[in-house]
Amino acid sequence: MPEHPSTAPPLLAARGLSFARNEAPVFGPLDFAVDAGEALLVQGDNGAGKTTLLRVLAGLLQADAGEIDIDGRPAKISLRSRAIAYLGHLPALKADLGALENLNFLCGLHGRRRGQTPVSALGIVGLAGYEDTLARQLSAGQKKRLSLARLWLAPAPLWLLDEPYANLDLDGINLVNRMVQAHLRSGGAALLTTHGAYAAPPVRTRMLTLGRPA
Amino acid sequence: MMWPAAKALMVRDLLLLWRRRGDALQPALFALLVVVLFALALGGEAQALAKVASAVLWLAMLLAGLLSLDTLFRGDAEDGSLEQWMLAPVPLSWLVLVRTFMHWATTALPLLVATPFLGELLHLPHDQLPVLLAALALGTPLLSLLGAVVAALTVGMRRSGILVALLALPLYVPVLVFGAGSVSAAAQGLDPIGALLLLAAGLVVALVLAPLAAAAAIRIALS
Repeated sequence: MPEHPSTAPPLLAARGLSFARNEAPVFGPLDFAVDAGEALLVQGDNGAGKTTLLRVLAGLLQADAGEIDIDGRPAKISLRSRAIAYLGHLPALKADLGALENLNFLCGLHGRRRGQTPVSALGIVGLAGYEDTLARQLSAGQKKRLSLARLWLAPAPLWLLDEPYANLDLDGINLVNRMVQAHLRSGGAALLTTHGAYAAPPVRTRMLTLGRPA
Repeated sequence: MMWPAAKALMVRDLLLLWRRRGDALQPALFALLVVVLFALALGGEAQALAKVASAVLWLAMLLAGLLSLDTLFRGDAEDGSLEQWMLAPVPLSWLVLVRTFMHWATTALPLLVATPFLGELLHLPHDQLPVLLAALALGTPLLSLLGAVVAALTVGMRRSGILVALLALPLYVPVLVFGAGSVSAAAQGLDPIGALLLLAAGLVVALVLAPLAAAAAIRIALS
């Protein structure tokens, strides 16, 4: 961390993190750290273990070895659930609920960032006017935007974004970058997986490249 | 944090129920069908019906609950909602408990309210009705909680209809034995309170343990 001489512990740190599925190694051992105000770009080919890494960090999967620290403390479930917002491949939207109803539920579940409301979040992601549209009637890109609105409302400082650019148009890609930028400016951090075809957000970025284990 | 999450989940489930009210009626209609068909098959003879009425009502409730068991977590598993539940700052077991309560309130509770009318259809002796209602009020939440564990265990599988039935059967049998047993004891002039207390004890144990077991099963199934 030469460019960042602060003494605060990194928001997220992993030491010797590895994961194997049925004895076949998926990734690791990995060592990395992300400070507040930084983004970590996780790159790798299809099947390199990017999604698995994010699921392990989120706590959806159990790592085989290694430690994860959040804010300098070991990542227990209670700490993780407060610190992490996860945007996965599955949108977690109910098809029979409207956009606003979906957001209201997810807000009730995860809590809400101070000064933000579901309606304002819909405006930010460009879904103003779609409040009552059922999720099943939204396009794939619009669903992604709705998930981004959920992420924006979550009070967690650490974002884990799995392929956040997938399904989005150019405007949407810019939206993701602006959101990440704003989130980092307010003291958060973000992990993004990408296979490298998209422009990364213009923020202080570290890279982590996953390769297939030999 | 626990209550806002529970409230949000209840509101969501009620909204979903209303959006798919046709599907939501299915368990109730199924139970009605079982009761009516039994009445027809036994020839509408009041004495023959009265003898089996309480057992038929118990079976109708149990089967209707079993029918809707697979929908308890499957939809939420498929669209990724369960992942978000696992990552929420409230215990997964709490959300499982609330979801199971909503499932009970929307499938078993309407049937419980309709039991006096269904009982009339089957010539249920009126003095058995209070015991039957008490047994059902204690037994159906217990069935829902046991069913939640089974549904959680099978949530990771693509098609699990037969497995759910096979896993639920041995868990359901004691509930049915004590539940229907309490009513037949009352019919023979015996004291039904022992069987009812056992059901109540089972319900208390299940209220504590079943959500924990179901939450653990969901974590395993989705990893």
